[in-house]
Parts: sequence; structure tokens; C-alpha cells
Amino acid sequence: MIAEIGLAALWLAAALAVLQLAGGLAALRAGENSDLAALTRPAAVLQGGLVAISFAMLLWLFAITDLSVKLVAMNSHTAKPLIFKLSGAWGNHEGSMLLWVTVMALAGALIAGIERRLPEKTMQATLAAQGFVALGFYAFLLLSSNPFERLPEPVIEGLGLNPLLQDIGLALHPPTLYFGYVGLSVAFSFAVGALLTRNVTPDFARAMRPWILGAWVFLTLGITAGSYWAYYELGWGGYWFWDPVENASLMPWLAATALLHSASVLASRDALRVWTIMLGVVAFSMSMLGTFLVRSGILTSVHAFAVDPERGSFILILLGLYIGGALLLFALRAGTISEGERFSIASREGALVVNNVMLSAILAVVLLGTLYPLLTEAFDVRVSVGPPYFNPVSAVFVFPMLAVMAVGPLLRWRRDSWSRISREMALTGALLLVALVIFGVVSQVALLPLLGLSFAIALGVASFLPLRGRNLRRVPIAVWGMVMAHFGVAVALLGMASESAFSTERLAALAEGERTSVGPWAVELQAVEPIAGPNWTAMAARMAVSYDDGEPIEIAPQSRNFWAPAQQTTESVLVTRWNGQLYAVVGSSSNDGRWQVRLWWKPLVTLIWYGGLLVALGGILALIGRVRTDLKRRAAVRKGAARRLEMEKVS
Amino acid sequence: MSWRLWVPLLLFSGFLGLAGYQLTQPKDDVVESRMVGRELPYFTLPPASLDRPGVDSRDFYDGRPKLLNIWASWCLPCIAEAPQLEALKEQGVEIVGVAIRDEPVDVMRFLTQHGNPYTRIGRDDLSEVQLGIGSSGVPETFVIDGKGVIRYQHIGDIREEHVPVLLEELRKAES
Repeated sequence: MIAEIGLAALWLAAALAVLQLAGGLAALRAGENSDLAALTRPAAVLQGGLVAISFAMLLWLFAITDLSVKLVAMNSHTAKPLIFKLSGAWGNHEGSMLLWVTVMALAGALIAGIERRLPEKTMQATLAAQGFVALGFYAFLLLSSNPFERLPEPVIEGLGLNPLLQDIGLALHPPTLYFGYVGLSVAFSFAVGALLTRNVTPDFARAMRPWILGAWVFLTLGITAGSYWAYYELGWGGYWFWDPVENASLMPWLAATALLHSASVLASRDALRVWTIMLGVVAFSMSMLGTFLVRSGILTSVHAFAVDPERGSFILILLGLYIGGALLLFALRAGTISEGERFSIASREGALVVNNVMLSAILAVVLLGTLYPLLTEAFDVRVSVGPPYFNPVSAVFVFPMLAVMAVGPLLRWRRDSWSRISREMALTGALLLVALVIFGVVSQVALLPLLGLSFAIALGVASFLPLRGRNLRRVPIAVWGMVMAHFGVAVALLGMASESAFSTERLAALAEGERTSVGPWAVELQAVEPIAGPNWTAMAARMAVSYDDGEPIEIAPQSRNFWAPAQQTTESVLVTRWNGQLYAVVGSSSNDGRWQVRLWWKPLVTLIWYGGLLVALGGILALIGRVRTDLKRRAAVRKGAARRLEMEKVS
Repeated sequence: MSWRLWVPLLLFSGFLGLAGYQLTQPKDDVVESRMVGRELPYFTLPPASLDRPGVDSRDFYDGRPKLLNIWASWCLPCIAEAPQLEALKEQGVEIVGVAIRDEPVDVMRFLTQHGNPYTRIGRDDLSEVQLGIGSSGVPETFVIDGKGVIRYQHIGDIREEHVPVLLEELRKAES
């Protein structure tokens, strides 16, 4: 019964999406006062509620492990802890698509419910676009990936969940990314709505901005968490592999970062109209493209999703309809959108444009590297594009962008002179030079990490310069957000560069009682003991590790064997100090009773993720700042209207 | 109207075409060994079961062609190909097994259940020999001639229709 309720709610929601689309189109044809148009907003709100019910039903099925439902039987197991039963609901293709449409429908309900700043016709067009996008996903779910499908006969026991995915990281990582992707779908709908009604105004940018900011915060968190998850769960000691699936989350982030900055220019200065629209389309395209690459199995990746060419074709068709349609609209309409305000190169806008160009170039580099194997495979050549391409080629654009990041926020809007900020520029430049000399000549660090370390230090200081000479208590929250985000980039960069410049690695075969060392750490393998968990058994290597001859700490990395399904994983152990992490992995035993132990000492590596968190925190601050300003402005408008009404009455 | 506004759509259409084309292409995960036509690398493997000796690359230099079967007790297609290996053995073919990442207990259980066509079974715990001869999965079967040269590679389980093919390859390897 639960499954049937979920399915029925989903069908009803799909029907409402049709109504929402029809209402929006009616508003475009017959004007926003037509009868059908009045139904657009209620349809969107009701639809959000229905999809939420549908998703709640799926969670319920997983919570009670209803093994008559195919999805539960395939992906869950009665012996799993409740939290992983629940996260199992979206740890698979069907469930994750349902989560996606849930977030999307809730976002649609929210804009339909509260967004009243834009002209009603533009809003109707936006909601029509949102309905159209949602409809495609409903069709996908209902026609080819029904999460509520029953089995002819209930099974006795479920097939479990991939043990690698039995981790709190999984419970949070995909939903975070989906919030991000969906936020970008809202920005996309706004862009299409604005194109359809030729209404690209600062108000449009202001309406779109909280969604971009929210999406961007979630994407930042998702990428940060995903990177840390891969780092400690996969046991390879790496945090970023330039894997197609990782790139699939990075590309929307890059596009969203560019969009965020260009929307700021549009909101404050009414410039970059067409460019902002284009980025709105591109950002969502990147989310869809990522979904396609991941789900179709068209590229080989370490992230093994359930791969199915039929699903791949479905997503490709959706991709073609949405993005092809939007780009066609862009080609037809963008020419008729008048150019915005002009500005000089030495201005805040100028710096933001350079930033946008650099971000787009990095996006192009990543996109090209990700799709290149697809291109060569058409000619029967198999290649794998990895760090030797991505690192140096993206660096060509990353470092100029970092330089602009240091200087840009100091510039004034519209027109400024370089001489006004010459002291700040000199300070930043001097810091950069000193760091280059220290790390390059004294420590002999390789080129990319050297640039990374130096730019990180210079940018770290420069990101606080916009606050100079200001009363800190009166600085707007959004400015604090910018400072925090830029500082976070510097912090993350410092972590990455330090990890690559100063890490040491030790691979040893140790018998019980033997010692080895890595960096400043002394490590002794004391004993290897079997351990039994709820659905796995493991060999745990008890080791005593001591930093710089200090007190030994006991750690026990494991090599685990899961039995449903049978799979071996490593549980690495991390010892975190303020100045870095010790990373320990135990492998298999050899015939002579020795155990393979892999150890890394990674100085300052944690800064990578702290930096990511700072960037996200900056986004949250900016979001709070923008929403507060908006609310204040609304209150002021209301007050003004009330006063005018009173004046009219008096006269 | 500026032609530049059409560039994004054009690029995107190119991608759509490429992706669509790739989707219709059969995804072939078969990795052919580059060792075919070359001599076996040198190796020695300890026995994987109690009643058969281990495998040494020098065993393949006695002038008689053999089959080298890469398998494992945990591999389902290996169960499917067991009758065909049995049939090849009936035809007088000498089959040498290499058990990949396996335990003697499991190997014994598998052989009692599904038959033991092997004259020797080596234990390859780290897939060293498997990778050394260019095999990327289990099961795979190689035809090795009497001078230790890899003559033919069969990827996947041996079905009934493959038996004559393997016999023919063995006959060719004799000359």
C-alpha cells in the first residue's frame, strides 16, 4: 500500500507539472490574467507537496525494509543499521532520481509561493520552464526508473548495499550535490523565463541570485565532502583524481561561480545581461551533462553507478530538449536584448569579467579533458586523461584568476584607477615574491606547488584588504561573505600545494613487533587481530605511532571483508594534528606472515577541506546578507505603498 | 542577428551527436592481450589445491601444446565453463589452471562440485601471472604451444561452440 501511495502521488505530481507548463504558456500567449495562468502557481505548490509525500513513502519502505519492493530488495538488507537503510533509499539510481525531483519540486513550490519581484509574465514563463524541466524527470522516473516497482514474489533477504557506500559520507554527499544541481535548474528556469519575455533586468538577477548562492554553497559542500570521503574511504591517500564523476561535480561549480559573479554585476550595475543568461544556461547544462556522463556509463569511472544505456539515452534526450531548446532560444532572442551599462577595464566590473573569462576557460579545460576520451573512442583510440593534463593546463588560467581575485575586490564599480590601490597591489606582489624565493630557492619546491604555496599566502592576506579602513561593525554581511570565500580559496590552495610539495610516503611489509617511520612519525606494528562487525569481518592492525618521539598513540586500520555482497575494503586511520595528517592503511598479508602497511605523512592537508568549508561559509554569509537586504527592501516598499495609500485617502 | 549567438548551439549539437553515436556503439570491455605471439614470462606458482602440483612456466616447454585456464572458485562463469573444460580433457587436452586470489579450501570445494580437469593448479594471490600474460579478467583461457609461446587467447567462459575452436587452435599450435 505504501509503495502504491508513493507511485500515485508521483503520477499526480506529473499531471500538475503539465498544468504548470500549460498555465505558464497560456500566460505567454494570452497574457498573465488568463484563466489558465491563475493555476500556474497553485499547481507548482501542490506538486511540491505531492512529490514530498512520494519521497517520504520511499523512505518508509526502506525504513521497514519492505522486501516486496524491488528497489528495497536490490539495495537494502535487514541487518543494516537504520541510518544506512534510510540512506540506501537514495544510494541507487531510482531513489536518487526521486530525491532529485523532490528537491526540484520543492524549489518550484518555493518560487511559485513567494517570488513576487519580477513582472508576472516573466514569472509565469519561468514557472513554465520549471514545469517543463520537471516533466522530463517525471517521465524518466515513471517510464523507465520506477522506484516503487513490486516484485512478483517478496524475497527473503535483500541484496545489501555496496559496503563502500555504508558510510555517513554517502548519507550526505549525493543529496548535497542534488540541492546544488536543482538550485541551478531554478537559475536556468529564470534565465529561460527572462529570455522568453525579453526581460533581463537587475531585478531578474536579484531574484536569481539567492538560488545561485544556495546552489553554489551546496555544490561547494558536496565537492568538499566528496573529496574528503574519497580521501579516507578509498585508501589511496589522494583527495582528487580528475575522475569523470568528480569533474561532473566540478564543472557545475565552476559555471555557478562564474554565474554568481556575473549576476552580481547585473544586479548592481545592470551590465553583462546576455553573458549572465548564457551562464545560467551553461551552469544547468553542466549539471545535466554530469548526470548523463555518470548514469550512462559512457565514460569509465571509479564511481560505479548502475549503468544502463537505455537510461543514458533517456537523459541524453532530456539534455537535448532542455539545453538544445534553451540554446536555440538564446540564439534567436539574445540578439534582441540590449547591451547593458558600459564600464572601464580598471573597475570592479572589469575584474569580474576577467574572473569570468578565466573561470570559463578552466571550465572549458575540464570539459574538454572529460569529453576527450569520448571523442577519441569514436576513432577507436582509448585514452585516459588524468592529472598530467588537468593540473598544468588548468593552472595556466587558475593563477591569473587568483591574481585578479586578490586585486578585483579593491576596485570601485564602473571606473577606478590603478594608482588608487597601488599600495595594496605592491604589498600583495611583495608577499608573492618573498614566498616564491623562500619556497623556490630555499626549499626547492616543484613549479606548480611552488606557485600554489606563494599565491595562497599572497591571496590569503589580500582577501582581507577590502576591509581596510572600514568600521568592521558596519561592513555588510555579504562583504564578509566575499572575504571569507576568497580567504577559503587561499586556505584550500595552501593545503593542496603543501600536500603535493611536502608529503612523504612509506610502503613497508612489517611483521608483528617491527618498526618503521614516515616523516616525523615512528610507527610500530604491535599485533594483527581479527574483528567481527555487524555484516563484516576484518583484520585490524594495532599500531603505535608517535610524532617526533612524543607519546605513542594507538591506531588500528582494518582490512574488511563484507559478506553481503562479498567485497573487501580498507578502513584507513587518520591521525590529525594541527600541522597535518598521518594516513595509515593495512593491506593483505604475505606468505611469511608480514603485513603490507602503507603510511603517508601529509603536512597541512586538512586545510584543503577547511578551505572548502570556509568558501561555503562565505556563500552562506552572502546568502544571509542578500536575503536580509531583500526583506528590508520589501518591507520598505510595503511601507511606502501604505503611506501613499494614506496620503491619497487624506487628499 | 549575430552568427556568434549560434555557436553554443552548434557546439552542443556536436556533443549530442557524438554522445548519441557513442551510446549506440556496443561497449566492449574485452581487453585483448598483447602477449599473444610472445613467450610466457618466467614464473613459479605454489599449488592451489592439495592433490595437484603448482605451476612453473618451464612446464610449458615439453613440446606439447596446452591450455592455460585462468579461473577462480568465486567466479560464476567458471562454473558455467566447467563442463566444456571437462569435454576438452576427454579429448586428451592437457589443461593447466591458475586460480586467482583463491584459498585452497574453496578451490577443493569447487573442484569436488564441478569436476577437476586440471593437471596442475597454481595459486596466483596477487594476479601477478594473470597480469603478466595480459589477462584482465576471469575466466580466460590461453593456448600455449610446446615452446612456451602464447598462441591464442579466449576471453570469457568457454561455451559449447568454443570447444572446436580451441581444439583447432591447439592443432595449429602443434605445427
